[in-house]
Amino acid sequence: MQWHFNQELPIYSQLVDGFRRAIAAGALAPGARLNSVRDLSLEAGVNPNTMQRAMQQLEREGLVYSQRSLGRFVTEDTAMIDRARETLAAEHVRRYREAMRSLGFTGKEMIALLESGGEEEENGDLS
Amino acid sequence: METCLECRELGKRFGTIQALDGVNLTVMPGRVVGLLGPNGSGKTTLIKLINGLLTPTAGEVSICGLQPGKESKAIVSYLPDRSCLPEWMNVRQLMEYYADFFADFDRARAADMMARLSLHEELRISQMSKGTKEKVQLILVMSRRARLYLLDEPIGGVDPATRDYILDTIIRNYDENASVVISTHLISDVENVLDDVVFLREGRVSLQASVDDLREQYGKSVDALFREVFKC
Repeated sequence: MQWHFNQELPIYSQLVDGFRRAIAAGALAPGARLNSVRDLSLEAGVNPNTMQRAMQQLEREGLVYSQRSLGRFVTEDTAMIDRARETLAAEHVRRYREAMRSLGFTGKEMIALLESGGEEEENGDLS
Repeated sequence: METCLECRELGKRFGTIQALDGVNLTVMPGRVVGLLGPNGSGKTTLIKLINGLLTPTAGEVSICGLQPGKESKAIVSYLPDRSCLPEWMNVRQLMEYYADFFADFDRARAADMMARLSLHEELRISQMSKGTKEKVQLILVMSRRARLYLLDEPIGGVDPATRDYILDTIIRNYDENASVVISTHLISDVENVLDDVVFLREGRVSLQASVDDLREQYGKSVDALFREVFKC
């Protein structure tokens, strides 16, 4: 995983967020084994205690679980992963709405723009 | 849990200059602590007191329950703020020198790290660049199985890639019973690897907190906070 940290936010919460997204997007597959805390912290360039704290938070949320001596794994509960994905999507929608409202767009206009914008993007991908 | 380091009302006076005054500091095992402060704030003096290179004029230091001295030096691994390696020695002689001095020196680990940097055993210190010397010294220091690592400006004056290598080497090599104290004024480079920061100001501790707590509380990086607190 590639990490880019916002220097103004706690590192631990950014780690939790990054893993949550990777799990929701399937970049970390259900049941996948995670590297050791030390290795994960080296990859991210962060302190091992901070990584440990992030892992404990993900465990509390149920997105990862640890098995004594075997290591730590992504949950196999796909319903839970779907819920995490929907929660993240809802957050994006909320931010989009807020940003568009501040520009003076109505709900209908937002939908129209999303639909036309989406097509442009798809056409762009083809060319 | 036993502390790795404890300073109580620690003070050091040089003639009329009070370099440190009433410093209280506790470091638990497994923590990486940044000792931050502008030039002349007492960082090196504090490290030298902990290491027994200076004697305090007030208060006391305890390292895993020991007073600074011969016994504490056996469990403290110290990186001085300037190079102290004999220039005429080569890599092999250096590793032997460290192994002679320190019972906790893990020669296989040091040899492995030297090999990864393609530093062959016949290479002399005098033939190395400044950055390479710093890496070699850090490898020697981090190859000890110490309880407390005291690193005085480990990333001063090296390029960003070397800085990353040095921080990576620190995180890779300390174990969870040991603590690391890193003094520096290059905060933005180290703050992601620190648990806690200690701000020193004119010989006193002006702040001790965890990096994530500070970011949460102030909504800014420790570096930005430092610039604000120590604005000239």
